[in-house]
Amino acid sequence: MKFGVIVFPGSCDDVDAQLACARVADAVPLWHADHDLQGVDAVVVPGGFSYGDYLRAGAIARFAPIMTEVIDFAREGGYVMGICNGFQVCCEAGLLPGALLTNVSLRFVCRQVSLDVANADTPFTRALPAGRPLSVPVKHMVGRYYAPADQLDRLESSAQVVLRYTAGQNPNGSLHDIAGVINEQGNVFGLMPHPEHAVDPLTGSADGLGLFVSLRDSVSGLVGGGR
Amino acid sequence: MKVERAYGLQRALDLGLREDEYARILESLGREPTEVELAMFSLMWSEHCGYKHSKLLLRTLPTEGPRLVMGPGENAGAVDVGGGWAVAFKVESHNHPSAVEPFQGAATGVGGILRDIFAIGARPIAVLDSLRFGEPTSEHSRYLLDHSVAGIGHYGNSIGVPTVGGEVYFEGPYEQNCLINAMCVGLVRKDGMIRSAAAGPGNLLVLFGAATGRDGIGGASVLASAELDEEDAAKRPSVQVGDPFAEKKLMECSLELLERGLLVALQDFGAAGLTSASSEMASKGGVGVEIDIARVPLREADMEPFEIVSSESQERMLVVIEPSRLDQLLAVCAHWEVDAAVIGHVTEDRTIRVRRGDELLGEIPVDVLVDCPLYELQPAPPKTPLYATPPKLLPDQTAEQDLLALLGSPNIADRRYLFQQYDSIVQSRTVRRPGTADAAVLALPHGGAIAISIDGNGRRVAADPYCGTVEAVLECAANLACVGAEPLGLTNCLNFGNPEKPHIAWQLTESVRALGDACRALEIPVVGGNVSLYNEGGEGPIYPTPVVGAVGWLPDPALAGRIGFATDGDLIALIGDFRPQYPASELAKLRGEPLPTSLPGVDIAAHRATQTLIRDAVRSGKLSSAHDVAEGGLAVALAECAIAGGLGAEVELEDGSEAAIFGETAGGFAVSGPAAVVREIAARAPHQIIGSVGGRRLKISAGETQIDVSLERLREAHAALAERFE
Repeated sequence: MKFGVIVFPGSCDDVDAQLACARVADAVPLWHADHDLQGVDAVVVPGGFSYGDYLRAGAIARFAPIMTEVIDFAREGGYVMGICNGFQVCCEAGLLPGALLTNVSLRFVCRQVSLDVANADTPFTRALPAGRPLSVPVKHMVGRYYAPADQLDRLESSAQVVLRYTAGQNPNGSLHDIAGVINEQGNVFGLMPHPEHAVDPLTGSADGLGLFVSLRDSVSGLVGGGR
Repeated sequence: MKVERAYGLQRALDLGLREDEYARILESLGREPTEVELAMFSLMWSEHCGYKHSKLLLRTLPTEGPRLVMGPGENAGAVDVGGGWAVAFKVESHNHPSAVEPFQGAATGVGGILRDIFAIGARPIAVLDSLRFGEPTSEHSRYLLDHSVAGIGHYGNSIGVPTVGGEVYFEGPYEQNCLINAMCVGLVRKDGMIRSAAAGPGNLLVLFGAATGRDGIGGASVLASAELDEEDAAKRPSVQVGDPFAEKKLMECSLELLERGLLVALQDFGAAGLTSASSEMASKGGVGVEIDIARVPLREADMEPFEIVSSESQERMLVVIEPSRLDQLLAVCAHWEVDAAVIGHVTEDRTIRVRRGDELLGEIPVDVLVDCPLYELQPAPPKTPLYATPPKLLPDQTAEQDLLALLGSPNIADRRYLFQQYDSIVQSRTVRRPGTADAAVLALPHGGAIAISIDGNGRRVAADPYCGTVEAVLECAANLACVGAEPLGLTNCLNFGNPEKPHIAWQLTESVRALGDACRALEIPVVGGNVSLYNEGGEGPIYPTPVVGAVGWLPDPALAGRIGFATDGDLIALIGDFRPQYPASELAKLRGEPLPTSLPGVDIAAHRATQTLIRDAVRSGKLSSAHDVAEGGLAVALAECAIAGGLGAEVELEDGSEAAIFGETAGGFAVSGPAAVVREIAARAPHQIIGSVGGRRLKISAGETQIDVSLERLREAHAALAERFE
């Protein structure tokens, strides 16, 4: 099992994401200007400020050469996890519904939050312990999840909302306290909190590791099932 | 050389040079300087670049230590942290740019200190900041705070370096002249470090990074080396504009060039731009340089030569390479999408030559340019008080009401509102985040951890420049002890007023004397630092503010100390030779008391012994919490432990005096832990067993005085800063 972590100019949490992936499987960096996914089994689009986030967060990154491959990979059912800036990139690339807007506070916010797992039956959340909130940090300026009302209804009714900020912990004004959503096909997942910064109790929490374990196990199942 | 047009004395004065300095230039050159030369002299001989009023003093500081890897004189200092690794660090000011344009001033302050760190080959792993503003009741102060915090966050967050700590104080004398000091810490393999000394005549000078524009011209000379005045809004164009994305690429590119062994020397562009970068490299290497400014990539084609050599455009680096390495260098730069241009070469003759194509614009012996005039200070203590007495804010009230007022006062209230605006966790090293311990703690790749603290209470230095500065060093070391770390090295930023005034010269002299004495007594080498003078607004000088930043080492990050009470029933002890006094305390300030004219002296050796005791106890992992007693005295320290841990305490003090409850001085530690452990540790130092942890209330009984407050009320009071700004 091999994870690929995209590295854009301006990515900041790419090394952290690789370290987190490497705790459960192999991990390689994927350079933004390349057209080669190096045969990885799952792609992580990491946090940071790709291309300076100039114009609009994620708006330039979605045109990176590597994203053409990521988009094809996703259309073919490959697993993609977008974290923070990666979530913004995936929304800009049309891989995920909705958009991320500037926090209600108009300020950057970095803090540990509690997350409820709204859908534990996804390839990204299967290995999470049932019924217990996760302690994971957020750090962003543009993290307020937004989707038009009809789209929100569809997301809710089809259980595409995967993670929610625990009541009272919404750090950015996201609609329906949404912290992470999955696409209709169930293979692309985006979240604003940083699970790669919650993989070791020494640095705060290990609750995020379950997402990487889930992804590894899902890929293994997929490979075992003769994809 | 032929001088087409002389610019003369008046131009020199306009650029901030003195009449006698201009005479010295004429004598050294044996002719009138050209326009480019005059610009270069004005920058290199500014206070900001030349340290002309402080260099003689700084030479008295101790700079040797067993763990020292790189001392003062390089872009940053560094200490050995074992396993073949070194930690580089430095603090720098960006006060005047921030007073004029807080967002960009603070942002580029962070950008500049980051470049200092990766200029020696270290990967920046942490930023801390030390900020001073006028009282938050002033709209102007709130504007400066809000925008400078946003600027620091904008730059640090975007570049992927965590801001792990810092401090902020609000005092009237900073109203016109805020202080923005930023400290950066980097990690580097000892064998991967690089210096800035140019070498090898015929080697190429390559500028890479951003194009050169008209921003920051005169920043070092006109802005940073003179007092602020009412015209400062007009100086906004002197403030540089930062681009953290460009710096992120520049940083990765620089570190890759070093890793591939392509560089002879590396230097960042800071104050005084190309002039400073090139002449410093030549001076340190004992060589000369020739630069063709026609080859410098420009943002605006019609820039004048003096603008090109003066520009402080951000996100640029200068390297010396062997000509055979050029293609490899250009390939690495292309990979990171960083522009690079050969702009000159190293020469043998120890002269700096500036050309535009075939036209010679300037030719100065390197030593003449770099060895700026140094001035002896003329210190004299002030005859009358320098600072206005602060307004009386508190009525006569109970001790309990005083405690709540202190917790909510700007200098003590919870800083969460501020530090939540910074990414404190990127790079996955942060073991103790802001607000959880007295120092930031970062795990090292080979095991062990470093702790970092930055401190400096200007009001206490204003009361007594010598003792106040000793206290700042002691507090910094105490903060390290509270997480279990031993200090390895210290950097400082000396923020003072106009040194040409005898009373400011006296503050500076006394403060540096104290810094040297304290560092010698604690055996902490000073690895480098920065001086920011002329910090005066229309209403007078700032409080003298030496800011000290220290890096310490601890063996086991998992055992790093915390401030929060942790376990019901734990015993609480006050440890140390702690003799707090009411004058110059936070409470005295809130009550509108004038500053005293001195502070009681402290026994540094005794405090050092206590710090060692606390450090070893924390490292053993047997204590539950450790917190040094600082602003607001013992009662506030206990309240902070209670709030952080979510547990109350019951405390009884023998001495019911106000000084015992709210007084301040160095050397007191509030620790908690299992009874046997606390008694055993406390027995080895002056101490009082003062109570125990438990419940949901903080109860302090001291003689006639009774305090009994719920945790919720303590928390509410402590959250006052956020409320002021939201």
